[in-house]
Amino acid sequence: MKYENKVLLINILKKPIVSTLIAIFLGLLVAGGIIGALGYSPAMALNSLITGVFSRPKYVFKVIEKSTPMIFTGISVAFAFKAGLFNIGAEGQYILGSVVATVVGILFNFHPVLQIPMVILSGVVASTILGSFTGFLKAKFGVHEVISGIMFNWICLYLCNFVVNNPIFHKVSTSKTYSINKSGFITLLHEWKRSKEGIEYLRGNSFLSDILLKTDLNVSFLVAILVAITIWFILYKTTLGFGIRAVGNSPKAAELAGISVKKNVIKSMGISGAICGLAAALNISGVSPHGLYLLNMFENIGFNGISVALIGAGSAIGCIFSGLFFGGLIYGGNNVQSDLGIPSEIINITMGAILLAIALTKIIPSVVKKFIFRLKESDDI
Amino acid sequence: MENLPKKDTAEYFLQMKNITKCFGKFRALDDVNLNVRRGSVHALLGENGAGKTTLMNILYGLYQADLGEIFINGELVQIKNPSVAIDLGIGMVHQHFKLVQNFTVAQNIMLGCEVTSPFGVLDFKEFNKKIAKIIDQYGLKVDLKARIENISVGMQQRVEILKTLYRGADLLILDEPTAVLTPAEIEELINIIFKLTSSGKTVIIITHKLKEIKAVAQSCTIIRKGKYVDTLDVEKTNKHELAKKMVGRDVKLVVDNPPENPGEVVFEISDLCIKKETSENLFAVKDLSLKIRKGEILGLAGVEGNGQKEIAEAIMGLRKVSSGKITINGKEIQNLTPYEVIKNKVSIIHEDRHKRGLILDFSVAENAVLEEYRESPFSRNGILNYKAINKFTKELIKQYDIAPERCHRRRIRKLSGGNQQKVIIGREIHSNPDLLIAMQPTRGLDVGAIEYVHKTLIKEREKGRAILLISLELDEILALSSRVAVIYNGEILGSFSRKEANEENVGFLMAGGNENVA
Repeated sequence: MKYENKVLLINILKKPIVSTLIAIFLGLLVAGGIIGALGYSPAMALNSLITGVFSRPKYVFKVIEKSTPMIFTGISVAFAFKAGLFNIGAEGQYILGSVVATVVGILFNFHPVLQIPMVILSGVVASTILGSFTGFLKAKFGVHEVISGIMFNWICLYLCNFVVNNPIFHKVSTSKTYSINKSGFITLLHEWKRSKEGIEYLRGNSFLSDILLKTDLNVSFLVAILVAITIWFILYKTTLGFGIRAVGNSPKAAELAGISVKKNVIKSMGISGAICGLAAALNISGVSPHGLYLLNMFENIGFNGISVALIGAGSAIGCIFSGLFFGGLIYGGNNVQSDLGIPSEIINITMGAILLAIALTKIIPSVVKKFIFRLKESDDI
Repeated sequence: MENLPKKDTAEYFLQMKNITKCFGKFRALDDVNLNVRRGSVHALLGENGAGKTTLMNILYGLYQADLGEIFINGELVQIKNPSVAIDLGIGMVHQHFKLVQNFTVAQNIMLGCEVTSPFGVLDFKEFNKKIAKIIDQYGLKVDLKARIENISVGMQQRVEILKTLYRGADLLILDEPTAVLTPAEIEELINIIFKLTSSGKTVIIITHKLKEIKAVAQSCTIIRKGKYVDTLDVEKTNKHELAKKMVGRDVKLVVDNPPENPGEVVFEISDLCIKKETSENLFAVKDLSLKIRKGEILGLAGVEGNGQKEIAEAIMGLRKVSSGKITINGKEIQNLTPYEVIKNKVSIIHEDRHKRGLILDFSVAENAVLEEYRESPFSRNGILNYKAINKFTKELIKQYDIAPERCHRRRIRKLSGGNQQKVIIGREIHSNPDLLIAMQPTRGLDVGAIEYVHKTLIKEREKGRAILLISLELDEILALSSRVAVIYNGEILGSFSRKEANEENVGFLMAGGNENVA
């Protein structure tokens, strides 16, 4: 191999997207191996996964619907990464956003023009405060954000259950709260698709009826894309992002240059929390049951955001794709289970293998480098 | 291998022949030869990045040469790893000591080479007998029971030398051994080196200090940019010839320093006290006062760790001042935030380029505006104006002759140390400071870059800036300063005018001597 080609190869391998794709491939390989070892056919499992995601418009839109909150939390975690912070508290921030949005959505009932912004803003504000407070604890008292984040996750979980069990919100003989008032719904054409002429019209259009009636189609996904672009803009085009990246890259150099580390830690945790809150509030007002469940365990929306951010190589835009990929695996995984009887835990194993491979792919370029530059004397370097 | 003729080289302890080492396309070493006579002190001279350390790492088995042969006592050897090197009698004292801080001296020397009685119990009696012999023979005074964290840097270095001798080294490689020592400690080290060679040991010292080569070495091999330049007999050469061969062109070893014309006092520290980080009751700086006038360079001389860093960090607002005042242009700035300090026209060239001075993964342009990105024209209403940032950076690159020429988008990590330093200096001077703190501004730079930095500092002084030069290099202090103050243990022991200051009187105070006794 010529020297230039070798260098080119190394540089291609160093691209985050390439190493991510290699990692995904390795992860699927591991999952395939396990499926094979369990006595199922990996090919059929893959087929069933793909069918479960792409065979009907409804499935595709379901995947988008499932993915959207994780795209948000992924962006949130990725943004905190840029500030050198590990926002494991995304889970709690998401739950708190859901709780506050639900409470506000149930207690008040204004015109949608007022109600929708109010529900969403309340969720965002609550999570922003929680995120900033986590950042404040770190800046002021040196409490590590992972420790306080985990604590707040539990606090939020039990706060959620407290609200669900409260007679004002609890829907009798269920484990849920009431739905928020309809004026807070952002589900597309929510009234129309249930009206007479709506049903009449949709009967003639199988594509639209599939996605409108069988899913809670709403604009959250578009908002997620908008947020990803906004976050990219903030990070790379504004002074706010400059300071945050400086602190994330080298707090000591930032400090000497007059960039306040403490303020930027609080700001970034606040923004990170805000994104989780937005995800939660949009989910409450966009997707049924438009309320809270009693939580036995975490729903993992926030924790999955960590995986999404890692697979998305820490980039907000990358999180859109990795979030969709993750959502696809989860949704398609259900199909694998119902089709072939393979336990859906296989999806978690796949994700674990992919994350492990991502951690490992960082070393691939250097391993390859060592290998190809060893073949030196016989080569025309 | 058996067929190779045995070299008739009883004279040479070590021969390295035609050593070539590539890292990718970059030839770190290209056909380098090194012949070291038994029982001699051999200096290895070259600028930073010339390949001195790479060559020694090959000798010590940390790297493998791509081409070339190594002979020890005339026998061809393959040094695959450091344990092979140690078995061959090669010992290395790294520039940054590799000692366990909370172990005692004895434990450190033993580490990895323990003397044990049956069942693996450490036998300190036997060990002490062994080590006492070595200590006596070479005059390496150490306190075996002291913990490393409590002993001086000079003694730590002696521990490192003891470690190599204990492992049976016949050849000692000393990497920049004087970088952290006081003048008195340097003298002691030179004595130790002489004792080593007189009892048959061979010493290689890696250095770029010409004075020490003259003082201690018999021969000197010079490498430049990975290529062998020459081996000289030290007696028959002079500093200028050495410098010229090292850099490849004529250099001024001492910059032109025209007489200064200082103005009024702009910066003043009075009765400054700073507590130590580790303790509430101990002070890193005690009742320290100094004044700097416009257009003068105050050189703060002292051995590392005597409070210089604390003073600089207190001025910049990185560290709390427990009492005393710091004033610039009559305004008190102690205990302000770094941002406010910068706004009061104070700038710093920090000694730790990589951690404090730059953000290595930021581009050159982003680093160039690290302090001013919030101001017009670099940003408006919180939106960065990359056009203006890039334009400014390109001017900076041109003005300060930063290489490579088109590097404003490149990550600054990829630039050489000298060019990184130029970015910092350009940035700090651009903010037009009234006080410029230059903290070890030439640390780790090569001779060419040092010359540039020194010239720039003199030029800025001429423009009327007040400059606080903090340096561990006495030569640098003496070459640049208008006045010299010596700090020891957090106090200023004495100060000298430019005319009075010389190596003896400043060096004496650096070691903690009393002015009256001098």
